[in-house]
Amino acid sequence: MSVGNYFFLVLAMGLVTYLPRMLPLVLLSSRRLPLWLAEWLELIPAAILSALIAPTLLAQGAPRTFCLDKPELLAALPTLLFALKTRSLAGTVIIGMLAYWGMRFLM
Amino acid sequence: MHTSPEKNSSALRAGLVASWPICLGYFPIGLSLGVLAQKSGLLPWQVGLMSLLVFAGGSQFIAVAMLASGASPAAIVTTTFMVNLRHLLMSSALAVHFPGASRRFLALFAYGVTDESFAVNMARFNQGGWDRRSALVLNQAGNTIWFFSTVAGVFLGHLIPPGSLGIDFALTGMFICLLVFQLRGPIFVATALMAGLCSVLAYLWLPGNAYVIVASCLAATAGLMLKRAWRRGRSAQ
Repeated sequence: MSVGNYFFLVLAMGLVTYLPRMLPLVLLSSRRLPLWLAEWLELIPAAILSALIAPTLLAQGAPRTFCLDKPELLAALPTLLFALKTRSLAGTVIIGMLAYWGMRFLM
Repeated sequence: MHTSPEKNSSALRAGLVASWPICLGYFPIGLSLGVLAQKSGLLPWQVGLMSLLVFAGGSQFIAVAMLASGASPAAIVTTTFMVNLRHLLMSSALAVHFPGASRRFLALFAYGVTDESFAVNMARFNQGGWDRRSALVLNQAGNTIWFFSTVAGVFLGHLIPPGSLGIDFALTGMFICLLVFQLRGPIFVATALMAGLCSVLAYLWLPGNAYVIVASCLAATAGLMLKRAWRRGRSAQ
């Protein structure tokens, strides 16, 4: 691919990535949202985080299959307990890394 | 907004400090993207340019793989759009924390909205007292590390053994803790459980990464209905 073509390709990729990031912030931030939308958006972070984590712990990629014995899942249990107990982000990240490292070592 | 130099520098420092788990997590992912890109025949400046203009890890991995397999630019741009559409939800949820912010600030802030910066900034905004400038600094810190680690990966990624010190788990660990911060009542717990279940099912049945958007929207809608039913039940008593 030529330099010019590559440049236009990543520019287009950047544009279609940037617009969904920018439009809601610009359009919604200065507006009073209807109650149902505000309440719905309040639940979105918990939903997104859980939706991002769950397949990492419970499924394999290529081909996608359900899976209950991933080191990620086993490492997630002590990580979750530690997070619930201490509510420390730094500590949880470190405990998670150690647990994952240990599980990979054992399995 | 006050912009005295001391306040600016403390907002800067707070943003940088809060960004460390993100930076720790981006580093190995950025390196591995660089390695993959180099194997696909991309030059360092091409990787760097993509990291600057797109700044969305998952879609960049897919784009590099598609470039290597000779996919058409239209297919790559369409896939990028679909993969990154989930940020629409994140920016919508973030919007309530920026009343009265200038368009220029929002345009700049929006550039750095990622899964990770969204999760950390939301947790901080919910705790209260989180300066917008700190949120912007956090976004940009992630972007800087991303840019340098992807370019570095082209040169030296193959030197670092995969799985060193469990660093591959840094972002998952961070997400787990930030999810715990979001569980502020039974409705939130129920929503998270439904989202996890829907997400695994959608991951298995739907192509691409539509599973994040589908599961989040379904679970938040079900959570909202649950909340309203519960509220009605209580007011009927």
